[in-house]
Amino acid sequence: MNNLQQEKRGRRLGITYSAPMGIWLTLFFLIPLSIIILYSFLKKGLYGGVEWEFTLTAYKQMLNPNFMRVFWRTLWVATFATVITILLALPCGYAMARSRHQVFWLGMVIIPFWTNSLIRIYAWIAILSSEGFVNETLRTLGIIKESLPLIYNQGAVITVLIYMYIPFAILPLFTTIDKFDFQLLEAARDLGASKPESIVKVLMPNIRGGIVTAVIFTFIPIFGAYTVPLLVGGKDSYMIGNIIVDQVTKTRNWPLASAFSLIITLVSTLGVIWMMATAANESARRKTPVKVVDSSGGSE
Amino acid sequence: MKGFDVKVENVSRAYGNFKALDDVSIEIKKGEFFSLLGPSGCGKTTLLRIIAGFDSPDTGIVLLDGKDILPLSPDKRQVNTVFQSYALFPHLSVYENVAFPLRLRKVPHAILDARVKEYLHLVQLEEHIHKKPAKLSGGQKQRVAIARALINEPSVLLLDEPLSALDAKLRQNLLVELDHLHDQIGITFIYVTHDQSEALSISDRIAVMNQGKVLQIGTPYEIYESPATDFVARFIGETNLFPAVVKACIPYEDYYMTTLDIPALGAQIKVTDYDDLPEGQHVSFTVRPEKLKITGDKPTRVGKDINLFKGIVEEPIYSGFQSKYYVSLENETVVKVIQQHANYMDEGPDIDWKDQVYVSWSAEDGYIVEVVDS
Repeated sequence: MNNLQQEKRGRRLGITYSAPMGIWLTLFFLIPLSIIILYSFLKKGLYGGVEWEFTLTAYKQMLNPNFMRVFWRTLWVATFATVITILLALPCGYAMARSRHQVFWLGMVIIPFWTNSLIRIYAWIAILSSEGFVNETLRTLGIIKESLPLIYNQGAVITVLIYMYIPFAILPLFTTIDKFDFQLLEAARDLGASKPESIVKVLMPNIRGGIVTAVIFTFIPIFGAYTVPLLVGGKDSYMIGNIIVDQVTKTRNWPLASAFSLIITLVSTLGVIWMMATAANESARRKTPVKVVDSSGGSE
Repeated sequence: MKGFDVKVENVSRAYGNFKALDDVSIEIKKGEFFSLLGPSGCGKTTLLRIIAGFDSPDTGIVLLDGKDILPLSPDKRQVNTVFQSYALFPHLSVYENVAFPLRLRKVPHAILDARVKEYLHLVQLEEHIHKKPAKLSGGQKQRVAIARALINEPSVLLLDEPLSALDAKLRQNLLVELDHLHDQIGITFIYVTHDQSEALSISDRIAVMNQGKVLQIGTPYEIYESPATDFVARFIGETNLFPAVVKACIPYEDYYMTTLDIPALGAQIKVTDYDDLPEGQHVSFTVRPEKLKITGDKPTRVGKDINLFKGIVEEPIYSGFQSKYYVSLENETVVKVIQQHANYMDEGPDIDWKDQVYVSWSAEDGYIVEVVDS
């Protein structure tokens, strides 16, 4: 009985301890989110803002084929860029984990964060534009006469998105691969696996947690991206993020902007739930208290 | 014998300035239980990794059943390894770990299942087949590693300090099991260890290594009784080792009765030897602690081939079945003596701290280890 009371007190203490976090989340996450949800069901005000009248107009407007095209494009761009990012980040993380100069490589990955992301995007404009570094170099070398269309298209958007978010993929991959016991690869080879087989059958399953984290860390921000398509994209590079900005600042359709924000939040939340489910599986598999099992079995 | 013989010929391997292996040649016979014994850093693991295919020598060749295996990658060699840290795949169950090599070869399910169960039975792990490695004890992990390494039916099994992570009792049991297993499947075992008692108790033959060189290859008793160098004498078991100078060498029956001058003892001793050593030759002399006899009273009848010294017990160490004494002889040189307690003792050992004792041994029990050129 005493135990039970203690448990209750423990639970009450838990609430006290979690209060700061709870208040923080309520103020900066729950309340804004509620406002967004609420606004998406209201009527748009004439000069921005909303009128207090329940309507599903925003969601009906969302089904406009133009918007749907942007939605599918965003999904496609985010998926494609994420896959490429992970495929590039995996060998990077692997090389870093096996390198003797880990701190140096970590520094190289982190240094770009010291510069504002807008400045880094403008740097890409300087590299890719028709008078930019790449085109000028190729022209000087006499390889091309006319500038290549390297910027203001889908390719530029994907390239810059990959550049922006690859550190977020490399870091979690590096940490998991760093913890991986490389002798397992030798064991696999010893038992008859070729090099690719040892990677696919032994390395990959053991770093799944890191891959999932890397996917989440890249997919979610890319899905909500708006500066990159705005600055290096063309007419057909619009993403959901751009629609939201337009609806708030130009069209003044706040309910529609809210509805699109909600879509981004929903897609992201689904991603996080997936990640947590995978992580839970992982820890259930790994962190079960290590019992020295004798053949007779316990009383449990 | 189903195993293959392994020949290592003039193998050298350097890491920068560090010579891990220095012109090593070893011949391992078919079906033999062969140990590579030496302190850490002696090159034994490097040699094992070269045979397994994880490392390649700078010079020299390795022959398996007469064929050069150095051009083959690890997966193409008929050799499997039991790793020191077991290297079990954490994401796979015991069953899947053992099945791993067969799955790679796409063995049909019925055969695979039968084989996996057979090998899990061999190592007595049938009850744990669905557990993940994290849930197993050290000894059980060890057995999974062995079953997994054997299921490919290799010709040679390499064992890299497989028992070093286990506690002493378990180690003894597993050593016996390993010996049975070797008898049962009859393939060649190459066993790397730094533990001399492990190597002595299980091996057919042992190669003692130090600083990248093989110092001696022989059966356990050859290595223990007739060490080739000072290092081998000191590394295997305990010993009393002294530099000495030959004073006289007289033929005696079918060997030579040699008189040695031992500066550390300030005395001369007698030892039998098969070689006719010239007077003034510098040698090292060894006698094992258990071959020394310790008595409180002066022995009454002393034969002419008995070496006898008076001393004081500096440190008696009682450990049940035996006692070890550090005895300081007259000029303060300390020798180790081990006395077996074969009889029931009502009042404990009769020799105690600071007792005056006599230490003696027969000329036949000493051994001239090494001829030192000087």
